[in-house]
Amino acid sequence: MSGELVVTHNWFVRVVGKLGRNVLGIVSWLGDMASITTSSLALIFAPPWQGRHVVLQLYALGVGSFIIIAITGAFTGMVLSLQGYYTLAKFGSESLLGSAVALSIIRELGPVLGALMLVGRAGSSITAEIGIMRVTEQLDALQMMAVNPRARIILPRIVAITIATPLLVSMFDIIGLGAGYVVGVEMLGVNAGAFTGEMVAKILPEDLYAGWVKAVVFGFLVGSVCTYMGYRAVPTTEGVAKATTQAVVIGSVGILMMDYILTSFFL
Amino acid sequence: MIRSEKLTRRFGDVTALDQTDVSIREHAITVIMGGSGSGKTTLLRLLAALDIPTSGSVWFDGDDLAQVSSKRLYELRARMGMVFQYSALLNSLNVYDNVAFPLHEHTKLDESVIRTVVSMKLEQVGLRGFEHLMPSELSGGMAKRVAFARALAMDPEVVFFDEPTSGLDPISAGVVTTLIHDLTQKTKMTSIVVTHDVQAGLAIADHVILLWQGKVIAEGTADEIRQSTDERVSQFIEGRPDGPIPFSRSTTPYIDDLLHSSGGVNS
Repeated sequence: MSGELVVTHNWFVRVVGKLGRNVLGIVSWLGDMASITTSSLALIFAPPWQGRHVVLQLYALGVGSFIIIAITGAFTGMVLSLQGYYTLAKFGSESLLGSAVALSIIRELGPVLGALMLVGRAGSSITAEIGIMRVTEQLDALQMMAVNPRARIILPRIVAITIATPLLVSMFDIIGLGAGYVVGVEMLGVNAGAFTGEMVAKILPEDLYAGWVKAVVFGFLVGSVCTYMGYRAVPTTEGVAKATTQAVVIGSVGILMMDYILTSFFL
Repeated sequence: MIRSEKLTRRFGDVTALDQTDVSIREHAITVIMGGSGSGKTTLLRLLAALDIPTSGSVWFDGDDLAQVSSKRLYELRARMGMVFQYSALLNSLNVYDNVAFPLHEHTKLDESVIRTVVSMKLEQVGLRGFEHLMPSELSGGMAKRVAFARALAMDPEVVFFDEPTSGLDPISAGVVTTLIHDLTQKTKMTSIVVTHDVQAGLAIADHVILLWQGKVIAEGTADEIRQSTDERVSQFIEGRPDGPIPFSRSTTPYIDDLLHSSGGVNS
């Protein structure tokens, strides 16, 4: 607002002013999202109990995303095995392939790629669904029928996707390792005993925990960003389209940023 | 029973509703009319506590809806029903579950009792036998009647109607207005109808409130409104394009725009 009072042609002041407005915008956006997410989650202890709706969302978001997770996991494992083989072969250490594939998938690629696929598959559908409920006044209709949309719509989706993500990431890991085994052992001829032996020896429980913690955090991030973007969507067709795009972009970037932060903690 | 006191709602710099005092007659139909942007939908949303006023109060019996706790508001909502402009049926549920929704949420009635109630409500709107259809399979008029049945499910004291005839063919519009009239008489409920449909509005109204630019410009029975000598009222009733309510909404003199602007709006 002060930008309108001070008319200036000094580019430095303009740039700093614009930067300041953007930072303020981001901070208030984050604050609003945190307030909606926490006020929704707080209702987990308030009657009526939303267990049935959590299960319904677990099915829709979790089971519904399994195929895409399985396909992504399989091809990730396959390409890792292939790339890893040619790199390791240069040093004559093909026998390390099993542990290389397993560590990459479990610590890094499983949670990150899994969560990125979930933003695209489940997150976008959450935002679009809630946004359309906003446009068609269904959220207002719930209010008028004395049903709190934060408890009924937002809460079950955040909880469901936070539970579903580590489960789906685990499946991503298992399928990825299996596919890596097929490519490495059956196609490229790495010794089966060396592949599995190295894999089992090099993976520690900490690696599994690190992957799961990441998955839980990413799931929560996807849930809160995507429900928020839908809930606050501008109630027009264009508004919902924009909100869905933004949810996927912000969710994906958020996952990558959070991944760096979490990785730096676990190393 | 419901009245507003110095009710004001601003959206940014725009005052949608300005110090409005209205009082709603009990067991009767109050029709709120006005052109686009007159503030009638804003007024309805404030009376239904779907929006929070910038200042002023909405009294529902002894409670100020602008001040009550959300718990108390949910209690009061059990006494209200609303039929939305686009019906706002929950599109994941069929007609039966939509009408039964408030009963499932707020009562512990046996399913057999709920089934009877739903049948009764659907019979009142003439749609018994359509329980199994999904909202996407209904025509606009039918969806509005189902929404009406849903609003009646809890036997509310007050029912709000937002543009009940907009987007409907003349026959469906006639059916819906007749339903509002008949059911208000039979059930002794209080109906608040927002519409720009002058003929339908005047035909069923016990009390008319006419808004213009966020203010009440006329109030009274349908006949009083028809015979009003206020130029603005008769312009609206007769639907003349120009008069005290101007045709042109441009804010700057046309000649200035043509002669002085050098392409930019803000130059």
